[in-house]
Amino acid sequence: MSTVTEVANGIGQSVRRPDGIPKVKGEFAYSSDMWADGMLWGATLRSPHPRARVLSIDIAAALAVPGVFAVLTHEDVPGRKTYGLEHHDQPVLAFDEVRYQGEPVAVVAADHPETARYAASKIEVAYEELEPLVDPEFALSDASPPLHPGGNLLRHVYIEHGPEPGEADVVVSGEYEVGMQDQAFLGPESGLAIPAEDGGVDLFIATQWLHVDRDQVAACLDLPLEKVRFTLAGVGGAFGGREDVSMQAHACLLALHTGRPVKMVYGREESFFGHVHRHPARMRYEHGAYADGRLAWVRARILLDGGAYASSSSAVCSNAASFALGPYVVPSARIDSYVVYTDNPPCGAMRGFGAVQTCFAHEAQMDKLAAALDMDPVQLRRRNAMETGSSMPTGAPINCPAPVDELLRLVHERPLPEGDGAVPGGVANVTRGEGVVRGVGYAVGFKNVGFSEGFDDFSTARVRLSEVRGEPLVEVHTAACEVGQGLVTVMAQIARTELGVENVLVLPADTQVGSAGSSSASRQTHMTGGAVQAACRAVREEWEGRGAIGDGIEATREYHHRLTQKLDAKGQGDAHVTFAFAAHRAVVDVDTELGLVRVVEIATAQDVGKAMNPLAVEGQIEGGIAQGLGLALMEEIQVVDGLVRNASFTDYLIPTILDMPPVELDVLELGDPDSPYGLRGIGEPPTISSTPAVVAAVRAATGRELRRVPLRPDDMIGL
Amino acid sequence: MEFLQPPGWREALEARAAHPDALPIWGGTDVMVELNFARTRPAALLDLTHVPELSRWESEDGGVRIGAGVTYTRLIAELGDRLPGLAMASRTVGSPQIRNRGTIGGNLGSSSPAGDALPPLYAAGASVEVASVRGARRIPIDEFIVGPKRNVLGEDELIAGVFVPVRDDAAQQFAKVGTRNAMVIAVCSFAVDVSEGRVGTCIGSAGPTPIRAREAEAFAASAAPEDAAAREFGELVAAAASPIDDVRGTAAYRRHALSVLARRTITWAWETRCA
Repeated sequence: MSTVTEVANGIGQSVRRPDGIPKVKGEFAYSSDMWADGMLWGATLRSPHPRARVLSIDIAAALAVPGVFAVLTHEDVPGRKTYGLEHHDQPVLAFDEVRYQGEPVAVVAADHPETARYAASKIEVAYEELEPLVDPEFALSDASPPLHPGGNLLRHVYIEHGPEPGEADVVVSGEYEVGMQDQAFLGPESGLAIPAEDGGVDLFIATQWLHVDRDQVAACLDLPLEKVRFTLAGVGGAFGGREDVSMQAHACLLALHTGRPVKMVYGREESFFGHVHRHPARMRYEHGAYADGRLAWVRARILLDGGAYASSSSAVCSNAASFALGPYVVPSARIDSYVVYTDNPPCGAMRGFGAVQTCFAHEAQMDKLAAALDMDPVQLRRRNAMETGSSMPTGAPINCPAPVDELLRLVHERPLPEGDGAVPGGVANVTRGEGVVRGVGYAVGFKNVGFSEGFDDFSTARVRLSEVRGEPLVEVHTAACEVGQGLVTVMAQIARTELGVENVLVLPADTQVGSAGSSSASRQTHMTGGAVQAACRAVREEWEGRGAIGDGIEATREYHHRLTQKLDAKGQGDAHVTFAFAAHRAVVDVDTELGLVRVVEIATAQDVGKAMNPLAVEGQIEGGIAQGLGLALMEEIQVVDGLVRNASFTDYLIPTILDMPPVELDVLELGDPDSPYGLRGIGEPPTISSTPAVVAAVRAATGRELRRVPLRPDDMIGL
Repeated sequence: MEFLQPPGWREALEARAAHPDALPIWGGTDVMVELNFARTRPAALLDLTHVPELSRWESEDGGVRIGAGVTYTRLIAELGDRLPGLAMASRTVGSPQIRNRGTIGGNLGSSSPAGDALPPLYAAGASVEVASVRGARRIPIDEFIVGPKRNVLGEDELIAGVFVPVRDDAAQQFAKVGTRNAMVIAVCSFAVDVSEGRVGTCIGSAGPTPIRAREAEAFAASAAPEDAAAREFGELVAAAASPIDDVRGTAAYRRHALSVLARRTITWAWETRCA
């Protein structure tokens, strides 16, 4: 029998991911690459209006198109006609009213994708257009027309922390805005639904959480859960954008209706309408501090635009409140966080989940405060840094390592990069140095790992040890979604380490095993890693007891994190499982006459608890920084009067490799006392404080206030 | 949709005459986007990639004649010394993959005011060579493009190539503003071409067509190469633009950025000529 101590490709090693080379060579099978005999293609008719009554839908002309097998509307949804992660408020197919541009109204199955799209265009929908409600501030007022039965206020979280704000030597205030960022995953929404002989359906789908998708779709189909089976297909990125269902119910409806496999694949333009986005935010902050730099109090008001449907808005609103102050010790705070319904595109989960928006604001405030106190901005942050034992504004203490001071020290003490001759604009040849000013900026942020407020988001793993041709083989079966983060690799590493067996097979994720919870909230390596560890240990115990593998040993285990609490009426409660921290320093060159930026370098320090796979850690951190840089400098869905103006990668810009600077990285491994191997989720912190660090650097270069991201050239040059 | 693939230039012109509603295609970097979005549904595609004549360039009296099928990658590699402005512009087109496929003929055919290769061609005073079974003609480029994505190409004509004058000791510059450092459509761009007694200019992406800033050209042709003159030149260029607010930028920003690009590029061009 092997021992756990030494095994090749176990935890802590930079094991290469199995999907890496196939992805680079274009050989990886994404969900959009699937094919089945006799397959039909689905297409979706969407509302062109942000708000309208649906008076009638005439499908006759569409049905008459040769090659069309089905045209379905809300009348064809046999079960619950709405779905949603927190509230079932979103129609599978619109009835009575549409509430955002792009809302699905009808679906078509045909023998060719173009036929399906053509037929969809032949559906005649009579709309009565209504004035769209697009201003979240107006939505919050009593004067606004209610878009949903309960009114437009989706959630208000109030946090009353410490005594009433009182005296301070210095007070700074500011208003800040964050635009609507898109996850911009490269693999658009897609899946293949295959009707089954038992009257059920199998769906092969790119998603973040198979079981919650399955539960919502089964309710809409009016089928028992065991007749709705979901299997993960190749996922081309997620970042929160696949937490809500998109075409899942539509494809299943069409497959069950036609008795044929149905594939649906969104194009890039449709994808912008097919998933939720990051909440745009308007934030008003007031910070009071003593002359020595200690924070006295903070008042914050946060208004998030939830768009047409709830999605995970309520949790985002709560997170924005919990992390509104940043990782600082603040004796007293009053925080109001609101999220409202509007007729703008629905917003929900995206990497950073509420903490991104507030980090932009609180870090701008810290710089402003440093200027008012004539203090070094890093010094000010370090003076107020949280540490283990510090209290959250929600009243609970931080029990995990909270190395805020150390992270700031690390990024601050790194040598600054030299000039390398490159300039903003690159080959576009706009400057040879004219107008170029260098700026340096710092930011630090944190957020919760895992789902909060009393949610028991457990994970399940089934592990089987057998002997194949005299060699031991471990099979790991979970429903956890590999969304590009490297989970499949890490699960195998854990199994190798725990069982001392090198040959590990990670089976396809599906709903034939218990839920793994969502691949989001930086939680999946922690939660499913914990479940795989527990199942492996159970197998090992049996193996050691028997002394032989025999005809196989199998164990299924659930991993639950410690219980948390809901927030009370004053926003108090032990609401979060654990926390993750990172700090960033950005060095930028700004062409101050043209408002163009080149990020020269990002230095970052992050505590990851335990680097399960150091190469994957580096990849997550660099990728997260790219996404944060994108929000700082270019990424925004532009919405005017409820209409999206840039639903394409021509005009929704994401950073290219020429925009992404070298990353200087310090990884701390301060084990978490309450997680498998001490690991801490790493996916989100890189995206949280990278944005404000870049903006702070641009402020330093331009001397301008810059209270909105993404930065626009006009703002940077003061037009 | 019919797919025509003539093996040579004569056959291509005959196919064009027989199928006036055929859409010519070479690299497909514009055409395929239009097709994929169903913005255009031509009765036929006329694939010109098998016409060897189109992929050639040669020196002519006073300049270079470039076949319509010469890609941006080749413009950079093969013509960078003779036509540096065009090479600079070509470097800013899309990604390496796009530059390998996209051609100068496609940029002319699309006639977009944001076509990256167009400003240096305007600034140099290039002529577009179009041909049909009836014969060939050369049209000054600023008479060829007449509006956003509109040109005077006859329904039986194809773009054969473009003739670009090469002047002794010309200094050429091209600069383009985009909100990221690669793979971006121009928010605005500017080309300048300075030779003895002549200054050519062109503004990109700030009007319905590329625009020559004639007043600025006349001013610069006789101005002493000094900072104040460069500044004045920049303001004249900005005044010649006709920008709008759109999803990529504001009119005010475009006008401002053009004054900066024009000032900087004429300064560099003057420095080159003085050196």
